[in-house]
Amino acid sequence: MRYLEEKIVKILMICSILAVLGSLLFILFITISRGWISINENPGIIFTTPGPRYLLGGEGGFFHAIAGSLYMVVPSTIISLILACLIALFLQSEYSSKRISEIIRLFIDILWGTPSIIYGLFVLTILISFHRRGCLLAGIVALIFLELPIITRYVDESISSTPKELKEIAYSMGLTRVEVSKIILKYSSSGIIAGSLIGLGRAFGDAASIIFTTGAASTMPKGLLSSCTALPVVIFQQANSFYPSVRDHAYAAAFILIIIILILSITSRLLQKKFSKYTVGD
Amino acid sequence: MKVKGRSKKVGNRLSFRLVKDNISRKIMIVCTSIIFLLFISFVVLLVLKSNLVISKYSIKELLFSSFWEPENHKYGFFSATFGTFIVTVFSMIMAIPISILAAVYIAEYSPNKLRRYLSSFIDVLAGIPSVVFGLCMLLGFVPIFSVLLKKWFQIETTGMCLFTASITLTVMVFPIIVSLTVESLRALPVELREISLSLGSTKWQMIKKTLFKAAGPGIISAILLGFGRALGETMAVAMVIGSKNNIPTSLFASGQTLPSLIISSFGEMMSVPEEQSALIFVALTLFVLVTVSNIIAKVVNNKLKKRWRY
Repeated sequence: MRYLEEKIVKILMICSILAVLGSLLFILFITISRGWISINENPGIIFTTPGPRYLLGGEGGFFHAIAGSLYMVVPSTIISLILACLIALFLQSEYSSKRISEIIRLFIDILWGTPSIIYGLFVLTILISFHRRGCLLAGIVALIFLELPIITRYVDESISSTPKELKEIAYSMGLTRVEVSKIILKYSSSGIIAGSLIGLGRAFGDAASIIFTTGAASTMPKGLLSSCTALPVVIFQQANSFYPSVRDHAYAAAFILIIIILILSITSRLLQKKFSKYTVGD
Repeated sequence: MKVKGRSKKVGNRLSFRLVKDNISRKIMIVCTSIIFLLFISFVVLLVLKSNLVISKYSIKELLFSSFWEPENHKYGFFSATFGTFIVTVFSMIMAIPISILAAVYIAEYSPNKLRRYLSSFIDVLAGIPSVVFGLCMLLGFVPIFSVLLKKWFQIETTGMCLFTASITLTVMVFPIIVSLTVESLRALPVELREISLSLGSTKWQMIKKTLFKAAGPGIISAILLGFGRALGETMAVAMVIGSKNNIPTSLFASGQTLPSLIISSFGEMMSVPEEQSALIFVALTLFVLVTVSNIIAKVVNNKLKKRWRY
């Protein structure tokens, strides 16, 4: 009887792993093949900016979105990485008591779970009260809010896993807390890099917070206060278009997006290996 | 004299280091308070901005009537709340058993090499943006699905319906739940498995009776993380759900979720202050829903950790 159960469960398991892999491969396959076709037909769409009637089937490409994504994601990741390191160091026992750290961690978890659309609306309401339209700066701010809890949690996890002995030795040499913190940061650098690249990936793929804050423009971003757009937002607009040619461009944009995400996750693996030399033992 | 001078110098250097220490501590406190400020200002700003609509209409009317007609000044979004509930629950019903069984297969049954490939593949997939899921479902799945439905069940739909939205969410949360569950299963000590097997249980019995309990908190937090993602997912859902503001009659009818309601009414939002305030009230509802479910998750997780400790 129990052997029968074993067999049934095993069959179910194989079915379910096939379902998981099949559905994910379906997504990957569709995006990559269709995107490849549409890029091959017209490779220029990656490098040209859109014409005035682009979303209505006019000519042009979506280079403005790629540029906008980069302009928004890179600064916001750097800023939130710095903030995250400082917050995670503060959560250590040297700076704050255990109870306060617990409460802060709870808040970080809550903010992690908050949907990105709420960050977008939040920044939008601030913008409205200043009587401004969407701009690049607002997009950066929204992305900082989005990434901060994610990166903080990863940094916190990797900092808390440093061995106690390291800290004790460092303090016994007469170092102050900042100096010890520097050592800890170096020790856990591989975890920090992994966390910040995960945050970067999330920011690249997030449309809901950007669509409210940057004001979906069809021009190249010109400055901090000019409006711009991002790759996921453009995919969303293209996919809802009535024109088949524009919808094909959506696949091309999604292809670029997936390639960026894949490159990020491969770099994160390589960097982790490279930085693990600072990790003693292991 | 000389000795004194040197000691003064050393003292200076130390005090400089201490000053640096103090300053950095203050900077850290400021940064940490950002987290609190962010949370508090979320709540305050959302409440303030939705005040306009709350004061005009009763909260009960807003929450429980299902007539979203901004042109007639009706802002009941019960259909969106209902749609969110249906879509999330349905997608979790599909996702939980499949992804846990898949995770068990990866963690316990598959050979070592295959496991490494599978788990890193799924980790990579967890980073795919939701827009891509929405796009593939909208352009790849919806047309086929509507034809199939018509052929087999004689149901007329556009294919953009609650069911498609839940399938999209299911596929989206697969990698999240699978990778976290595999992680928490692999973190268990080997002795646990050995003891259970030496008592004569089969492998599945061992997994069912021992590992699921020992890894319980990890698995549950994986499920809840997936649940949170499904609840707040905006773009993918907005692309495939069809955006109709009435209570859906069947699973194959178009509907609306809270985030997709916000996105699809976004265009008019800047111009009409009343609708803007109503949409912010929708966001507030979403925020409260997500926060409450997060806190419940945390509490349940802590309780289970105490109870299922091995």
